Amino acid sequence: MRVSVTKRAFYSLAATAMATVLAGCGSQIADPASAGSTASSGTSCVDTSGSSIKVGFINSLSGTMAISESTVFDSLSLAAEEINASGGVLGKHLEVISEDGASEPTKFAERAGKLIQQDCTAAVFGGWTSSSRKAMLPVFEANDALLFYPVQYEGLESSKNIFYTGATTNQQIIPALDYLAEQGTKSLFLVGSDYVFPRTANKIIQAYAAAKGIEVLGEEYAPLGSTEFSTIVNKVRDSKADAVFNTLNGDSNVAFFRQYKSVGLTADTMPVVSVSIAEEEVPGVGLDNVEGQLTAWDYYQTLDTPANKKFVAAFKSKFGTERVTSDPMEAAYTSLYLWKAMVEKAGSFEVDKVQAAAGGVTFEAPEGLVTVNGENNHITKTPRIGKINAEGLIDTVWSSPAAVEPDPFLATYDWAKDLTK
Amino acid sequence: MELLIGQMFAGLSLGSVLLLAALGLSLTFGQMGVINMAHGEFMMAGAYTAFVVQQAISDAGVSLLVSIPAGFLVGGVLGLVLEAVLLRRMYHRPLDTLLVTFGVALILQQAARDIFGAPSVDVRAPGWLQGNIELLGAPIPLTRLFILGLSLLCLAGLVLLLKATPLGRRIRAVVLNRDLAETSGVSTRRSDQLTFFIGSGLAGIAGVAVTLIGSTSPYLGTNYIVDAFLVVVAGGIGQIKGAVIAAFALGVLQSVFEYSTTASIGKVLILIVIVVFLQLRPQGIFSLKTRSLA
Repeated sequence: MRVSVTKRAFYSLAATAMATVLAGCGSQIADPASAGSTASSGTSCVDTSGSSIKVGFINSLSGTMAISESTVFDSLSLAAEEINASGGVLGKHLEVISEDGASEPTKFAERAGKLIQQDCTAAVFGGWTSSSRKAMLPVFEANDALLFYPVQYEGLESSKNIFYTGATTNQQIIPALDYLAEQGTKSLFLVGSDYVFPRTANKIIQAYAAAKGIEVLGEEYAPLGSTEFSTIVNKVRDSKADAVFNTLNGDSNVAFFRQYKSVGLTADTMPVVSVSIAEEEVPGVGLDNVEGQLTAWDYYQTLDTPANKKFVAAFKSKFGTERVTSDPMEAAYTSLYLWKAMVEKAGSFEVDKVQAAAGGVTFEAPEGLVTVNGENNHITKTPRIGKINAEGLIDTVWSSPAAVEPDPFLATYDWAKDLTK
Repeated sequence: MELLIGQMFAGLSLGSVLLLAALGLSLTFGQMGVINMAHGEFMMAGAYTAFVVQQAISDAGVSLLVSIPAGFLVGGVLGLVLEAVLLRRMYHRPLDTLLVTFGVALILQQAARDIFGAPSVDVRAPGWLQGNIELLGAPIPLTRLFILGLSLLCLAGLVLLLKATPLGRRIRAVVLNRDLAETSGVSTRRSDQLTFFIGSGLAGIAGVAVTLIGSTSPYLGTNYIVDAFLVVVAGGIGQIKGAVIAAFALGVLQSVFEYSTTASIGKVLILIVIVVFLQLRPQGIFSLKTRSLA
């Protein structure tokens, strides 16, 4: 430095540097409802007079969740394009307005408010993390608007303003546990990112395990985005559990599986069941590190249904043959078609009419026929356990005999009684 | 016992990663007083260099060895450009460097997203680094061992450079008393540039190294920048030996805390330890005795 700075000044600079960084990381807590408070509730500004109708897409195109959410954006775009090519919805062309949630729940709430109030969209599609959904929920309820949420989540939620087209716990986690129990798994180790979904999912797993005599040998959480797993992996290895249940999200999976493999743990010695790794994440995690590991979803690219073949072919021709399709992408694609079917059944874009028409609406989705449950706004799905193969795709190794009705509050499971209180 | 060794090694290994990330910073922040928030993004640039090199050279072993000097060059050149274009104008305004380099960090992140895409890319570890060796029953991952070795090598190289070369003597002279060094005929301009080149280059090497254990994504740098500053501040500004002790101490402490509590609480405890330590000893483990008059 040209002008000498005292030592004391150095430390205060250092402290400032630290505070800036920490403030940047910690700015995710705010009152989500405030984003929706400027509009009087119930008044809609949706313009249905023209030849087009606006819909909103809200996905993280930047930040730690972009790895996953940009793919959902792509499949939503494909669905919109297909719907437009076949005449639109009620004869109206879809005009897509896209917003970046930037992996921050507050940004999601703010942008959702903009899509509803300023852009006057008829429905909004997107969101991934539960934190982003929980941040947007009061905004959609206050404005009486519609959100279609395409990702598997921890359940225990139902809103008349949100349609959940991803799996709830009894369509993903519980079938995965059933599968493990069927395979003779006696003990489990739980690893997850430190936020809503893994914490709630693990509560359900603990209750299930207690009821079915499976021993849970450990439950560890890593901060979201964490890349240091030496200690957690050591704990997992030391526990000698039969299997690991992995609810890590985003890039943490890369670090976890690399470090898991590097201490000599493999799919044969201690299989890992992941609920957040789909086809799209495999190359980033590194096929070497996850080949042979298990996943729990309701859709895989390899599914042999006519609707899926058409979906995969259309997706590859639009985005390139090297691209893959995954469960959340399929659920997002399905969500736009479900909204179209609801609107056409209602004969109107009005939110209350769409809500009233929703129950019983079906769509021949790539994953199979899905039906909207009018009681809880979830859809029927067929749980499937998959194994990551040498090409990085996922083969179905077990499938539920029939589509499973959504039960977000686990009301039909005796052992889950204490969870929903 | 097996677990104890595993955990001790986890601590040393974490310490070596911290040291690699902090070594360059202790040069640019410690010696030059520049708060370079883009240091983490120089690491990210190093990591993507490893990815690009691997696209060109498919043999993962050869590409890793080529990536290390290549990462150093890429990080170093980025640092040189940053120094020449922006920082040179604000050596007398250290706080401004914080804001400017934070902006540069955001630009570099977006550039990486635009060039390589938002999803993380896979940098394969070479075959000879896969698996582990057993030490009294505890598995010691080879990638971690490699990073430990690499960080010690970088440390040795840096110490040798500073203590035993004319260039190192000039750098130290400028740190101790810039005006006197200048009057004695040392070009402080050149010394600044070289220091920044080397410091940023070390970040590039750190970036290549962490591709072996984590994900290579545009956000890679943000995972390491806070920890790197913590190491430099706790070690004592301008003190390489302080940074070494601080890195390994923090690494071992963090694995102990994380093992006995959880990852999140472990992180909280480590921050508390640092805050308390800096209250008792604000100058860090070692303090730099300069002959400047301020």
